[in-house]
Amino acid sequence: MFKLTLARRKIIWAYIFLAIPIVFFSYFRIYPTLYAFRMSLYDWNPLAIHQKYVGLENYQTIRSNLENPRSPTRKAFENTATYIAFGVPIQLVLALMIALMLNEIRTMSNLYRLLFFLPFVTSTIAVSWVFRILYERQGYINTLLKTFSLPTQPFLRSPDQALYSILVVVVWQGMGFAVIIFLAGLKQIPQTLYEAARIDGAARWQSFRYITNPLLNPTIVFLVILQSIAFLRMFAPVYAMSVQGSGGPLNSTTTVVLRVVREAFDSNHMGFAAALTVVLFAIILAVTVIQLRITTRRID
Amino acid sequence: MTVVSQETLQGSKRSKLFARGDIALYRTISYIILTLLGVTMVVPLLWMVSTSFKPYEEIVLPNFLPKHSTFGNYRYVLTETALPRWYLNSVIVAVMSTVSVAFFDSLAGYVFAKYEFPGKRIVFLAFLSSLMVPTEMLIIPWFIMAAHPIVGSTWIDTYWGIAFPGMISATGIFLMRQFMQGVPDELLDAARIDGVSEFGLFWRIAVPLSLPAIGALCIFNFLGNWNAFIWPLIVTSRREMMTLPVGVQLFSTEAGSNWQYIMAGASLALVPLLIVVIIFQRYIVEGIALTGLKG
Repeated sequence: MFKLTLARRKIIWAYIFLAIPIVFFSYFRIYPTLYAFRMSLYDWNPLAIHQKYVGLENYQTIRSNLENPRSPTRKAFENTATYIAFGVPIQLVLALMIALMLNEIRTMSNLYRLLFFLPFVTSTIAVSWVFRILYERQGYINTLLKTFSLPTQPFLRSPDQALYSILVVVVWQGMGFAVIIFLAGLKQIPQTLYEAARIDGAARWQSFRYITNPLLNPTIVFLVILQSIAFLRMFAPVYAMSVQGSGGPLNSTTTVVLRVVREAFDSNHMGFAAALTVVLFAIILAVTVIQLRITTRRID
Repeated sequence: MTVVSQETLQGSKRSKLFARGDIALYRTISYIILTLLGVTMVVPLLWMVSTSFKPYEEIVLPNFLPKHSTFGNYRYVLTETALPRWYLNSVIVAVMSTVSVAFFDSLAGYVFAKYEFPGKRIVFLAFLSSLMVPTEMLIIPWFIMAAHPIVGSTWIDTYWGIAFPGMISATGIFLMRQFMQGVPDELLDAARIDGVSEFGLFWRIAVPLSLPAIGALCIFNFLGNWNAFIWPLIVTSRREMMTLPVGVQLFSTEAGSNWQYIMAGASLALVPLLIVVIIFQRYIVEGIALTGLKG
């Protein structure tokens, strides 16, 4: 009898404690998610009183935009793909190298960790503006090029170079995160394996090839997914490094999220922008499902 | 601790036996490369600080240190612009959200770790599944909800409007659930028999035992909010309600690009971050590994 009442009392208390979080998640997460789906079916204009239902028209517009090589939407998807294709591998290879070296050193290892971590905690906006100055025509980087008798570059002012110039900044800033995740992954590999390999006369690259690499595989998969999603959601660096947040020059750096913000809040095409976010959501969901498939065993 | 150091001692002795030269060489190369890369990590940040002391004429020049250093930029942004207000706004929003996240995330995490109740799995999965929805998908509905709120006339240009999306975080609930599972049931049951209330169990036993995790959660939440950009950009339009990252941008559009002011503002914004990072460095590194690997 006592047990039953206690169990009941605990159920009631559980729901009392969870009441505010349940309301919060229902109203600020689940409801807006459904709302975004609904908006994507309307020609939603925040200035209009009645919103016009258009069915899948917004999605058809996205599709026809994707077929038109000159549309900013197509450009946004292309650029986002380029950011991922170059950004993720470069970032992870560099981060893994750094993590392996950080794992090796003892003296001042904390200081070194902090160095690589600092850009990650700094505001993206601040970082972006510093690089805008460094990339200037008379700026520091061009001066360096001149000292090595190399031709100066337009960087952010050139439609061909701007995307890669921004990519460097994003890779530079986000690397600290990948380094820390790699370090945590390396820590979990039992040291005895390396000692055994050394006794068996394995060379350093052999222990990397046959011990570190396979045992670090889950961490690598995890980071590939996580960083891909981060690049899919890229907004602030492009906003801050292109003139007036335009994603220029000539849409050469624009991203999907930047298009979303521009369409929704500058052009009042909220229905179309919502449809774009639904597409983005679908891509992120697909990527997450792949991650879950690959790593489920580890989580269990 | 002693056991660990003994093991590493033995380990290094052994490695000395087998490949002393190899290890020394590898370490030296590591130090050289890490130092070079580490320099490229800090130089842009130092550049930011040094530019903030440069007069207007020197900004785009490639000299690292200012030729005629000046406090003028700081004096200007602190007295002639809304920057002090933006700073205050950023602090208010970050503190609001961090306090709320610390309380509600640990409470929810505690419930998921220590209570059995019908619907537990569904509620937990519903919370977690919200992580799959990118914030970018929610900003448009949030904006409409903020413009026509259920309570009050508008949430646009209010602290609540900036802070509401981040008042509770699913990652934090997940992290706290993991951590609170380590709170011993015997302790809770004993206290329960002694007549401690259910909230007392949470507040006086579970919370004190979970302070390291709550600390890590607070740090991340503070950092995330301090640097948040896309939502504050959208939900604020009045100058005096902007947060620091959003407001500092205005220096670029007003009269050309006043980069020296932006750099002064950015350097000031870095101060609280540096303090937090240097004091809590260990928690941050461990926290990222924890949330990153398990979330």
